[in-house]
Amino acid sequence: MSFVQFLISGISLGSVYALIALGYTMVYGIAKMLNFAHGDVIMVGGFTTYTICSTMGLHPVIGVLMAVAVCTLLGVIIERIAYKPLRKASSPLAVLITAIGVSYLLQNLALLIFGADSKAFTSVISLEDVALAGGQLIITGETIVTIVCCIVIMIGLTLFINKTKAGQAMLAVSEDKGAAQLMGINVNATIALTFAIGSALAAIAGILLCSTYPSLTPYTGSMPGIKAFVAAVFGGIGSIPGALIGGILLGVIEILSKAYISSQLSDAIVFAVLIIVLLVKPTGLLGKNIQEKV
Amino acid sequence: MKKLLNDKTFKNNMITYGSIIIAYAVIQLLMALGLVSSLFQGLLVPLCVYAILAVSLNLVVGILGELSLGHAGFMCVGAFSGAFFSKCLAATSMPTALRFTIAILIGAAVAGLFGFLIGIPVLRLKGDYLAIVTLAFGEIIKNIINCLYIGFDESGFHFSMENTLALNLSDTGTVVIKGAQGITGTPTDSNFTVGVILLMLTLFIVLNLINSRDGRAIMAIRDNTIAAESIGINITKYKLMAFTISAALAGVAGVLYGHNLSSLTATPKNFGYNMSIMILVFVVLGGIGHIRGSIIAAIILTLLPEMLRGLQDYRMLIYAVVLIVMMLFNWAPACIAWREKLAAKYKLKFPTKKSAVKEAE
Repeated sequence: MSFVQFLISGISLGSVYALIALGYTMVYGIAKMLNFAHGDVIMVGGFTTYTICSTMGLHPVIGVLMAVAVCTLLGVIIERIAYKPLRKASSPLAVLITAIGVSYLLQNLALLIFGADSKAFTSVISLEDVALAGGQLIITGETIVTIVCCIVIMIGLTLFINKTKAGQAMLAVSEDKGAAQLMGINVNATIALTFAIGSALAAIAGILLCSTYPSLTPYTGSMPGIKAFVAAVFGGIGSIPGALIGGILLGVIEILSKAYISSQLSDAIVFAVLIIVLLVKPTGLLGKNIQEKV
Repeated sequence: MKKLLNDKTFKNNMITYGSIIIAYAVIQLLMALGLVSSLFQGLLVPLCVYAILAVSLNLVVGILGELSLGHAGFMCVGAFSGAFFSKCLAATSMPTALRFTIAILIGAAVAGLFGFLIGIPVLRLKGDYLAIVTLAFGEIIKNIINCLYIGFDESGFHFSMENTLALNLSDTGTVVIKGAQGITGTPTDSNFTVGVILLMLTLFIVLNLINSRDGRAIMAIRDNTIAAESIGINITKYKLMAFTISAALAGVAGVLYGHNLSSLTATPKNFGYNMSIMILVFVVLGGIGHIRGSIIAAIILTLLPEMLRGLQDYRMLIYAVVLIVMMLFNWAPACIAWREKLAAKYKLKFPTKKSAVKEAE
């Protein structure tokens, strides 16, 4: 029974990774950049909810909505100020380093405002725990909400991309910016929209993460951010179903190796699995293989 | 001799070496006069460490053209193997200079070996995938060292991945690497002079490599892999060469770092991906492929937070803002155009990319 328990908490953690990985993968697909500041947007989401719910004592729903709003706005502002001017830079590394600068900026802002000590995050989810199999298997409310949220968001996002004009525009821009522009698509607005969606997802992921693991510091987002980045690459960066599969696999591997092998080595095992996958399939599980031509 | 003086690369390299020697002499003079604060004196060895790391990473990022985010991992391997050797022989009567030299060689060899072994599978990947795999290797190295226990007694070395008790040491045995506590009591052999000598050696190796036949082959691979392959350049060999040399030099920086303080632990702060990223920041800010730029960027970005110390909590915030602004100023096409316009107005000549191309034509 404990195996099932571990599996479920693995899927729950994996769902959070998948949500964060979605942000990475969408931004990579459309702007061809690794947004290293994405992990810190998660932290901003967590702190916004913390401020509204714990400090100001307002209802959790307001906290969640505000976190989503703040992060969406933040994502768009970051893109406009820090990334857009470098979109046509001669080296793709320039924007990567700027993203790192933004990441430092967010961390240190949070450090100044909230201090370095860890904050106890009160869970925003008030769902009762469910006991199955005569009390042997306990699924927490947080786990259920996390997994359900992830499924709903995945379905919603897939529908959005395939059925709406804006979603189709995103696909077109990620395929070929120049051609999309010729077809009358506003490329800048589409990229901004992608950042907005990615950051909103990061806010939700941040709240879910902090509800399950209730401690919040300015560096909360950085390790999940890197793990989610690994998950995105694992599933094939640029692919939305890939982010889901990569995220969940990564979460399950992490929790199972913590439970059965070694809690200290779990990160090493996660990264080792990534390396093996990439060596066998160099573009990730669902990634497109683009052949280089002369 | 005259021909040498007219050679642009020769002149450039001499400027690089010369400015380091002058900087070294000036700092030594100031120290002799007692004008250097103890805070700054403590920064001198780390400055050399970061400069060596930046130069060695530039070999992979700038000359080979591949993004590596695992440089701190190689530094970690070098630091631990070098410190391990020194700690084991600290009690013997071996002269310090000899022991430290061997430690540096060991650190370089072990890190180079790791670079070679990791490079074989990793260099088949490209671009961002290569970046993430090197990041993964760096994290794995750090993670494993944090669980590693090594000790020795009269019957030889004992290894364990669990704890000190599992080593089964006899009563006279000593534990050298204590898992997350790392190595304590390393002899502090590093000093500024050694750091500068190692930096000069690193520069000598890297600059000579770039100007050699092998270096040109490596740059050909960077510029166009397929074209390079079609004229018979062995891609794997040259990629591995650059990667291994870079790793070995990072190992040297690691040994220098490990012998600077008496305790050495592998924390996310010193050997994690954050460190790798910081080295990458030096390389990109200093100019990808510009060796001198890497050193300057490493020095500025290491000193900046210390110079801002008066601003206390705001210093890292300002550091982040400065980093973003410098990147935008250096790389944004709009900024480059604006700079050129300004330069034309005042008839100044800034060495921008565009004007350099024009000059070449």
